[in-house]
Amino acid sequence: MKDFSRYTGTSEYIVSEDLQNDVNVSIALGRPLLIKGEPGTGKTLLAKSVAQGLNQELLTWNIKSTTKAQDGLYIYDTVQRLNDSRFGGEGVDVANIENYIKLGKLGEAFANPVQSVVLIDEIDKADIEFPNDLLAELDEMKFYIPETRKTIAAINRPVIIITSNSEKELPDAFLRRCVFHYIEFPDQNLMADIVEVHFPGLDKKMVKQAMEAFYQLRDLEGLRKKPSTSELIDWLKALLAAGKTGKTDFQKELPFLGALLKNENDYEIAARQRSAFQRRGALNSLRR
Amino acid sequence: MFNGFFFCLRAHKIMVTPTEWLALMEALDRGFAGNSLVSFYHLSRSLLVKSEALFDQYDLAFREFFTGLEVPAEIFEELWKWLGKEALKREIDADALKDLPQYDWETVKKMFEERLKEQKEEHNGGGNWIGTGGTSPFGHGGYHPGGLRVGGESGGGMAVKIAAERKFKGYRRDVTLDVRQIKVALKKLRHLRRSGSRLELDIDKTIDKTCRDAGEIDLVFSPEHKNDIKMLLLMDAGGSMYPYAKLVDRLFSAANSVNHFAEFNHYYFHNSIYDYLRPEINGRERVSTAHILKELNPEHKVILVGDAHMAPYELFMENGIIDYYDSNETAGIVWFERIAKHFRRSVWLNPMPERYWRHPTVSAIRQVFPMHHLSLEGIDEAIKELTGP
Repeated sequence: MKDFSRYTGTSEYIVSEDLQNDVNVSIALGRPLLIKGEPGTGKTLLAKSVAQGLNQELLTWNIKSTTKAQDGLYIYDTVQRLNDSRFGGEGVDVANIENYIKLGKLGEAFANPVQSVVLIDEIDKADIEFPNDLLAELDEMKFYIPETRKTIAAINRPVIIITSNSEKELPDAFLRRCVFHYIEFPDQNLMADIVEVHFPGLDKKMVKQAMEAFYQLRDLEGLRKKPSTSELIDWLKALLAAGKTGKTDFQKELPFLGALLKNENDYEIAARQRSAFQRRGALNSLRR
Repeated sequence: MFNGFFFCLRAHKIMVTPTEWLALMEALDRGFAGNSLVSFYHLSRSLLVKSEALFDQYDLAFREFFTGLEVPAEIFEELWKWLGKEALKREIDADALKDLPQYDWETVKKMFEERLKEQKEEHNGGGNWIGTGGTSPFGHGGYHPGGLRVGGESGGGMAVKIAAERKFKGYRRDVTLDVRQIKVALKKLRHLRRSGSRLELDIDKTIDKTCRDAGEIDLVFSPEHKNDIKMLLLMDAGGSMYPYAKLVDRLFSAANSVNHFAEFNHYYFHNSIYDYLRPEINGRERVSTAHILKELNPEHKVILVGDAHMAPYELFMENGIIDYYDSNETAGIVWFERIAKHFRRSVWLNPMPERYWRHPTVSAIRQVFPMHHLSLEGIDEAIKELTGP
């Protein structure tokens, strides 16, 4: 139990208890934590928060479609060496191959004398085989550099957080080694806490109204991209900046809808549904 | 033993491996389940289940395993060893409970063991035996303050209740199929080959060339990797397919928007394929099937989508075509055989559940094409079929 319950969230990032536990289990077992969830639920921010909470350095490895597993370990800069040998690098010993070995993010973390947090962001962007190429390194937390005949072994097992948007399926062998957490979309209560963190002291009544409108929007059928937490924050920011808080009735109008919906099709759906909703409302008030 | 949960999960098609199970054991051993079954629920889920698509199955398995009253006693022994005393604190509210004797943890545990030995049958609602809903200090759903809860449900969002909510039902992959999911599945359909514009620096060749030129740097580029998969999608738009129209539509839009195919062709047919295919679902335009076979090279991966259900004469006879004003000189089955022969890889996706595949025309078509169910799992298998060695 000694090393358990280390991460407890930070003041800027509200984290559910399950997620907190999963982070701590992953740290204690030395297994990478795989995070999935709707876009905009704060997958990437989690790593930042964990690093902050543990007071460790955060190394972010952003994955692109061209990223190779090797890039995270080390790169042997042959072209630079070739160039230096031809034109003479200034103050660099070309004969020493080590001058041209550059550690990647994972390599840096292994070599770091203190424990650090590595974020492998959007692992699903890379080639399907990418995660498999990292299996041994993530298991043993070391790798061998044939060029220098040296092994880089982790001095402290880094905390590894991996995010995925499920663009591609991850291989089973890789999944077996991970602790998995699916971030669910926050309910109204948790969302209220999150809003409070971003906009401390915001008028409760206004937040409640805005959230109601927001969750109504999320519940609309047929939306291609449901608005998420980050969109809600942006929207509130816009409302605040324009001074629309306090007096706007969100059931009647939704200013800056563009901050919430990013798709023309969704925009239309929302407009149609809302006008139907309003007509019904008007009818009801007439009846009364 | 507690390992029953492992097999229960596997029975629910969550293929937990021994390595993962051992990781859970280690975590439990180190006290990570904290003090409650709820924590255990989350802990074992994050260590054993690696996709939100399987969460629902996990919930079902969990509920089945932990609700059952017939769960053997050893499990509880192990559970309380792991869960510790804290789990056993219960809310006390009723005045009536004042009169009940108060026990400390050790006594309760001892009594439980004794009574477990004595008890021979299921017992619910009493004041002494282990069971449900009673005032005995043992069992679950009961009212003894400071009693020992054994499995089952209790107030305030306990683990089994969480599992019983089944809120991940919508993520199951054998049920729902949306465009994005199909796209993910179709992305496995690829074959990389170097072609196209010069983009990547070929380091090995550059070094080689530079050395040959006595150190004069000469950069060598090679073409980028590109997917050269070509795809042909043939869809049944016949009357019996109406219930599946939405599903087929999604498959089509997914395939159409996966932009990594080198070539994507699609045609519609009505029940069976004859001399002509239609490029548009409701259009008048027709293209000769023979022409398509001539134009497309055998490397195209062919996916046929249809229920394969029709009157036998539609498939086996000349002029069996269902459209009254039309005629066909060649029987449908012959066309299917020609397609299967022309293309190296072809597969049939059937939206109807497998139990309906014994119909004569379905069986006949299964002789020609490997058939899979039009679900994510089926698509996965079909893709293996198309890309396999």
